[in-house]
Amino acid sequence: MNLHIAAEIAKTHLLAKKKQTLVAMLGVTFGIAMFITMISFMQGVNQFLEDSALDASPHVRMYNEVNTQRPGLIDELNPKGFNVVYHQKPKDELSRLKNGITIAERIEKEAGVLGVSFQLSTQVFFNNGPIQISGTVAGVDIERENRLYNLNSRLKSGSLRTLQSNPDGLIMGATLARKLNVRVGDKVSVTTPLGTNRILRVVGTFSFGIGTVDNIKSYANISTVQEMLQKDPGYITDIHIKMNDPLQAIPFGKRLYATYGYHTEDWATANQAILAGENIRNVMTFVVSFTLLVVAGFGIYNIMNMTVMNKIKDIAILKATGFDGKDIVAIFLLQAIFIGISGGILGLLIGFGLSYMLSIMPFDAGDVLSLKTFPVIFAAKYYLMGLGFGVTTTVLAGFFPSRKASKVDPVAILRG
Amino acid sequence: METVLKAVHLNKYFYDPEKFQVLKDVTFDVKKGEFLSIIGKSGCGKSTLLYLLSTMDTEYEGAIEMAETPLTGRSQDYLSHFRNEHLGFVFQFHFLLPEFSALQNVMLPGLKLGRYSEKEVEERAMEKLRLIGMADFARKPASKLSGGQQQRVAIARAMINDPTIIMGDEPTGNLDRANTENVFHIFKELAGMGQTIIAVTHDPDFAAGCDRVIEMSDGMIIRQ
Repeated sequence: MNLHIAAEIAKTHLLAKKKQTLVAMLGVTFGIAMFITMISFMQGVNQFLEDSALDASPHVRMYNEVNTQRPGLIDELNPKGFNVVYHQKPKDELSRLKNGITIAERIEKEAGVLGVSFQLSTQVFFNNGPIQISGTVAGVDIERENRLYNLNSRLKSGSLRTLQSNPDGLIMGATLARKLNVRVGDKVSVTTPLGTNRILRVVGTFSFGIGTVDNIKSYANISTVQEMLQKDPGYITDIHIKMNDPLQAIPFGKRLYATYGYHTEDWATANQAILAGENIRNVMTFVVSFTLLVVAGFGIYNIMNMTVMNKIKDIAILKATGFDGKDIVAIFLLQAIFIGISGGILGLLIGFGLSYMLSIMPFDAGDVLSLKTFPVIFAAKYYLMGLGFGVTTTVLAGFFPSRKASKVDPVAILRG
Repeated sequence: METVLKAVHLNKYFYDPEKFQVLKDVTFDVKKGEFLSIIGKSGCGKSTLLYLLSTMDTEYEGAIEMAETPLTGRSQDYLSHFRNEHLGFVFQFHFLLPEFSALQNVMLPGLKLGRYSEKEVEERAMEKLRLIGMADFARKPASKLSGGQQQRVAIARAMINDPTIIMGDEPTGNLDRANTENVFHIFKELAGMGQTIIAVTHDPDFAAGCDRVIEMSDGMIIRQ
């Protein structure tokens, strides 16, 4: 087999039918361009949703689960008897974590832990004149909370430091502040479930870009919230933990439960719906992308088949004058490879252009998501995948017709 | 005289639509430098015989030996290589590659053989084209040449590797009188230079000018 002559013949064939070559190339180009655009965009959306959900939630959350369903004492003592108990009230059980602050400090010292924030969270009503809007106040050490959730970058107005220096300070979700029509410096009256009232001053607003957080959440100093709830300075309800490696959070949470006996919830459990949605979108992306490439592959197969059929007389002559089956395969396979690679590279460029255009296209998601343009991921691996898939399909689509060409019986053709 | 081709007891059958014996016990020799023509009526098996001799059709009984090489039962790749080196073909319908220039058409079998460098093959190809009076058309695409011109280029292509035998299947069958004479003249000239030629033809004038004529009927040689 002489690759040089085969390449020469392949080149002449491609150049002789420029239009056909171009059409075949464009088949690959569009397949790959759409594949790149699709996968970059869909993975961008996935990544964005995952990030915005997971950034705002702790990797592990430790809390005391207060269970109101418990068997009556009589039922326990006399399980087989005929017991009648009406209106059983739950036990007066506090949702506090005993020695919570000590536990938090111990967890903080463990390897792989990025930060720990203990807090006291409670339902409240924000009163604005006669209107009451429900929400939550989390009493936190704002320094620790900042280390976990990077609050500084999410502030829309005000500053975190003001909260530290002002015991009556309150940092509010941006949407909640808008609903209450309050700005930095304004006062807001807060009613706790115990019925106590307290006037707090708004010293900042933040936005995570998640409606369910920005709409209801606000931060105050932990001592302020303890006072409002008339609890002692050691009273906390939640410990939030962020790890260096999110995947480590799952076994770590189980270990904490075994050590301290309090309920732990890891991010994967807390965000099951999001993760399931992501899996489904991933599968969908690959199905659609694969279909695009297969359709492009069939297009190329048809064109290569036609090329071989058109050239069947030439193949017979080449075989008569001494070219063997391998030469013929090489001639047509080289054409397919050229079409695959040049169409593929063009496809990558167009795919990049389309993704770039998508990534700068303005998109107003309102308050629900903090998005200004469509989220698009530019990752080299998708481009390699696109080129790899494209070239493989083209080569396969070129191989079968060329193998058929190599088996052409010259006598049958030349006899006429 | 040295024998370049030996065909021994060739039998060939067609199976479609029903079993039919095309060649019946055909045996003959060809000597080096002979200008041989095979004649006979349509369907007598002369083209079939030529395709057996050309090594492209390998389904037959008997034995073929060419240039002291037995060719029966060889692999396709071996036969391709053998054709490239020892055989030149001129077909009825010229059969050049239309996208390539006349020169490239002539060069391709030479490049495939790889006995000479590309530069030398090109020089040799030009020489062959000059020999048949087509040098002026060397750079023209084959599709732009007339039928007679294409046939002459095909002869030049058949000669590029200095083959043992040139085979023609009705080489003048598709040409007008003037071109027929032209092509015949070229063949005659080549034969004069010691080239072995086997041509299948209908044309009695063509056959009359050959060194030797084999006449076939119903798959048998009836006159030599």
